[in-house]
Amino acid sequence: MASLLEEFEIQSLSKPLFSLAGHPVTFTNSSLFMFLAIASATALMVLAMRPAAVIPGRWQMLAETFHNMIANMLESTAGEQARPFFPFIFSIFIFIFFCNLFGMLPFSLAVTSHIVVNLAIALLLFVVIIVTGFAKHGLHFLHLFVPPGVPMIMVPIFAVLELFSFLVRPFSLSIRLFANMLAGHILLGVFAGMCVSLVAAGWFAGLSILPLGLNVAITGFEFFVAFLQAYIYTVLASVYLRDALEMH
Amino acid sequence: MEGQSLHLLGAGVAMIGSLGAGLGLGLIFSAWIGAIARNPAIEGKVRTIGFIGLAVTELVLLLCFVVAMLLILK
Repeated sequence: MASLLEEFEIQSLSKPLFSLAGHPVTFTNSSLFMFLAIASATALMVLAMRPAAVIPGRWQMLAETFHNMIANMLESTAGEQARPFFPFIFSIFIFIFFCNLFGMLPFSLAVTSHIVVNLAIALLLFVVIIVTGFAKHGLHFLHLFVPPGVPMIMVPIFAVLELFSFLVRPFSLSIRLFANMLAGHILLGVFAGMCVSLVAAGWFAGLSILPLGLNVAITGFEFFVAFLQAYIYTVLASVYLRDALEMH
Repeated sequence: MEGQSLHLLGAGVAMIGSLGAGLGLGLIFSAWIGAIARNPAIEGKVRTIGFIGLAVTELVLLLCFVVAMLLILK
């Protein structure tokens, strides 16, 4: 079991840079792949739009497709008011998507398979949501925790329930992404291991073509999951953002 | 029984919860396909709601998976 989790290990690639609260801070492979994801996403978006043509070429088409997909999704879930938040939501989408894709390279680390990365993004999102809510609605934002039309006597119970469901959101958001990436990569590892053990078993060697073929299919499916999970993360982020903008 | 084998058994038992998530995902997709089949014009509107439903249902399965992993790695 431990060998399946080897690919998720975080290794230091440098000497400790400085120490934070007694812990040495180093440049790890996680930071390397985060930098790679940011660099390639920025390069794609900047270079594709370099001759910002009226009739888009292939690369510009790709960049515009990403942009339009997230812009339409944001408008349909969070409304017209959410337009100022588009760069933030789009950055979250593109960062998670590229981290997921870099995780599919052999010998690489899927950064999003560590819950702390996802939780950091989710907590940043919730700080933005809470600050926006209070800035826009003032103390009226607390009405988020009391659904309209609730009888007075039920208000304390509902407030506790709604507060709990609000506080659990960052965790559910990050657990979903991390468990999906972890499960997908472990699944690939399990079928690859099945291939090897079938070959090692001698005259069953021909049968190892079956898990191999399945592994090819699952690899394709994992690319789809990499996109889908980044998309779901952003859909839910904009749904939560709507709460702060429009209340109920 | 030893402690380790009980942990592995517990991991297997924890994954029984994925039964409910599987049923739920089936219901979501059947309703989704049914809605689009009845009114193809609604596809764009239903997509976001469908994905939210998918994500929320899938979370049950993933929580089972996380508990199973914690038991295995204990």
